[in-house]
Amino acid sequence: MEEASVLMTHAVGLHARPSVKLTKLAKTFTAHIELAVSEDGPWIDAKSIVRVMAAKAPKDTVLFFRAEGDDAGDAVSALTALVERDFDEGQADAANA
Amino acid sequence: MSEDKVGIVIVSHSPEVARGTADMVRQMVGDEVPLAWCGGDPDGGLGTSVETILGAIDQAWTNAGVAILVDLGGAETNSEMAVEMQPDERRGRIAICNAPIVEGAVIAATEASGGAPLEVVRRTAEELSPA
Repeated sequence: MEEASVLMTHAVGLHARPSVKLTKLAKTFTAHIELAVSEDGPWIDAKSIVRVMAAKAPKDTVLFFRAEGDDAGDAVSALTALVERDFDEGQADAANA
Repeated sequence: MSEDKVGIVIVSHSPEVARGTADMVRQMVGDEVPLAWCGGDPDGGLGTSVETILGAIDQAWTNAGVAILVDLGGAETNSEMAVEMQPDERRGRIAICNAPIVEGAVIAATEASGGAPLEVVRRTAEELSPA
């Protein structure tokens, strides 16, 4: 089991566009990947766009990832990197998200 | 597994709604999913037509099939008619999703972009609706 946590600083939090990016990236790995907004869960499937959007995690939430499978390590580092990069969105984009 | 991704067709009574929904899919999900939209009647009013839906299905068609998102009434019945007019080999690979048109289109396209089969694309879009 690979685990990591990362502080999400994206201005609008895990709203529609960031959720889509996160889910799309998660789907590129074969590992089973879960995401939570608290260390104690509840854990949700990071590949489920419906669940990820429903989490409605706001700015300054610490996101917890855990993954199991062959590429679990790569998956967790890629996902935390995406959050650290602010989902590759500049401030202008974020304001419109 | 085939590299073809499920295509998305958006059918609204309003061309503005259809085009705006398609814009959201393009901006939020990207270009890797085939996407087509149609809306409005030939005179520029609100409505849908079987003919333009047929064209949109052709445009978005892939071997993985097509998921159709509709708004109200005629959008659904005309889409059903368009599906019935398809050749046999296509008919089983088209799903009209029972989901809100904008949210459903974004969700369906997100699923499709990951290579999900049509049934999964449809089910995920429909997860949005009350059971």
